[in-house]
Amino acid sequence: MNYDAIRRFRSTVVVWLSALAVVVALLPLAAILFFVLSRGLLSLNFAFFTNLPAPVGEPGGGMANAIIGTLMLIGIGALFAVPIGVISGVYAAEFAGTKLATAVQFAADTLNGVPSIVIGVFVYGIAVLPVRQFSALAGGLALGVMMIPIITRTTEELVKLVPMSLREGALALGATRGHATLSVVLPAAAPGIITGIVLALARIAGETAPLLFTAFNNRFFSTSLDQPISSLTVQVFTYAISPYEDWHRQAWAGALVLVMLVLLCSILARVATRRLERLQTGH
Amino acid sequence: MNSIFKQRELGFRLGTGAVAFCLVLIVAAIGYELVRQSQLALAKFGFGFWINDIWDPVSGEFGARPFIWGTLYSSVLALLLAGPIALGIAIFLSELCPAWLRTPLTFLTELLAAIPSIVYGLWGIFVLVPIVRSLESALPSSLKVLPFFAGPPVGVGMLSAVLILAIMVIPFTSSVAREVLRAVPMAQREAAYALGATKWEAIQAALFYARTGIVGAVMLGFGRALGETMAVTMVIGNNPQISLSLLAPQYTMAAVLANEFTEAADELYLDALIEVGLVLFIITLFVNAGSRLLIWNMNRPATVRKPVPAAAAVGASA
Repeated sequence: MNYDAIRRFRSTVVVWLSALAVVVALLPLAAILFFVLSRGLLSLNFAFFTNLPAPVGEPGGGMANAIIGTLMLIGIGALFAVPIGVISGVYAAEFAGTKLATAVQFAADTLNGVPSIVIGVFVYGIAVLPVRQFSALAGGLALGVMMIPIITRTTEELVKLVPMSLREGALALGATRGHATLSVVLPAAAPGIITGIVLALARIAGETAPLLFTAFNNRFFSTSLDQPISSLTVQVFTYAISPYEDWHRQAWAGALVLVMLVLLCSILARVATRRLERLQTGH
Repeated sequence: MNSIFKQRELGFRLGTGAVAFCLVLIVAAIGYELVRQSQLALAKFGFGFWINDIWDPVSGEFGARPFIWGTLYSSVLALLLAGPIALGIAIFLSELCPAWLRTPLTFLTELLAAIPSIVYGLWGIFVLVPIVRSLESALPSSLKVLPFFAGPPVGVGMLSAVLILAIMVIPFTSSVAREVLRAVPMAQREAAYALGATKWEAIQAALFYARTGIVGAVMLGFGRALGETMAVTMVIGNNPQISLSLLAPQYTMAAVLANEFTEAADELYLDALIEVGLVLFIITLFVNAGSRLLIWNMNRPATVRKPVPAAAAVGASA
């Protein structure tokens, strides 16, 4: 048989196989979204957002405390992760090529690859064990440690995207590099950096493992920093592995809220970056 | 005037540099803290910890081998499954996809990475595990003699964990592989086409050019799979045993930490668990560093290497 025909046939097969791979990956995505939506909507109601968890068999339980808890934990984490991440990112971009900048990039990638449960063990060692108390502060610390590398890398990439001519303009007017960075480079990169930070926060809000033995869990409403605090993810976990039908329904509702949060932030970020790109290219 | 300017320059550099150095410190602190907190176990079991099969909190004997096995076995199998699919996605999105489809498809595949691990776990328990159980029950008994399919069909076990891990690492591997493929100069493909190559042959040329980066992408996915906690904990069955069987409930390092950490009553138990964390940290550190080096190597702009005379090379490095 004609060898060329075989080659063409082989090529067509591979093209279709690779398209099939995309379909294979999107099937579980569709399945997960379908189940989370259909089961979650069944059990999601107003009480879910306003009530405290109810004991088994009692109707009308909610996750109000867990929602507040997740927001607080994310807030505590962001409070120290955002400044550290942004400044490190600026350094890695502005002094790219120096030994420290390379080390910082490598450290950020390494930290990003450290399993979240190991971050939990680390924070347990430095913030829970010494005071023998699970706390919101420890949970926030664990989430913050996870945010830092993401924010660093995002900031670095966006600062590098700022045209050199802007920087040079500021320097030519006699600005120091610090001044140029603060007054010209960062404002130019800010919309992108903020988008990246929001996306990072949304992703980290979905983390469970680092909270298991730092923030622990709390059946009651609590906003004190030195007490265990509930979070959506840990609450969903607790409910999911319980044997009760009621609690399973609550878990699906919690999952729906989590997925919606991440989904909305991803879509917003996508829209925002597209608008930015248009602005920059002038279309 | 000039010296003030220089001082400010230096101040900016030192100030931001000091903060940036925090990242390096955090990584070092994690390693230090894990070693410090697992002192008791480190001293008592030494290297035997890595190869001892018995995990018995009651009698105070701790060996991490079943967990190391579970972590590595599940991750390797997941990558065998996810690797080709992720590569196919990367090829499709970077080489074949019509432009109007590219952005939405990329967004959708990356959405897989955005779904929280706990949601995968929930879906795993209530949707995937029952499906896996019925599949396992339907296995022909001629296959059951193989060590891979030994044991009763319980649903929770290695197979469920592998499937869920595979789904979870696909977006990581495919997005890095896509970027690596995008970094391949167009000339590589054009040269192949000019020689009369088919589409697939041109893609092969690009893949060959990008081979280190692709290996890096797969390793990055492997690193993710190693550390994945919640979803695996919820479907793997949590039984510390070393078995080739896909049907057997097993255990991973991350899962034992998630399950037993808050229950560790005595100090030796807690230290042993922290040492499991240390082992996991070390393994992921190596895998991630390896993958990063490969990817960085790939993305660096290609330079033409001139043969350097030995004497000149010595002079340059001195």
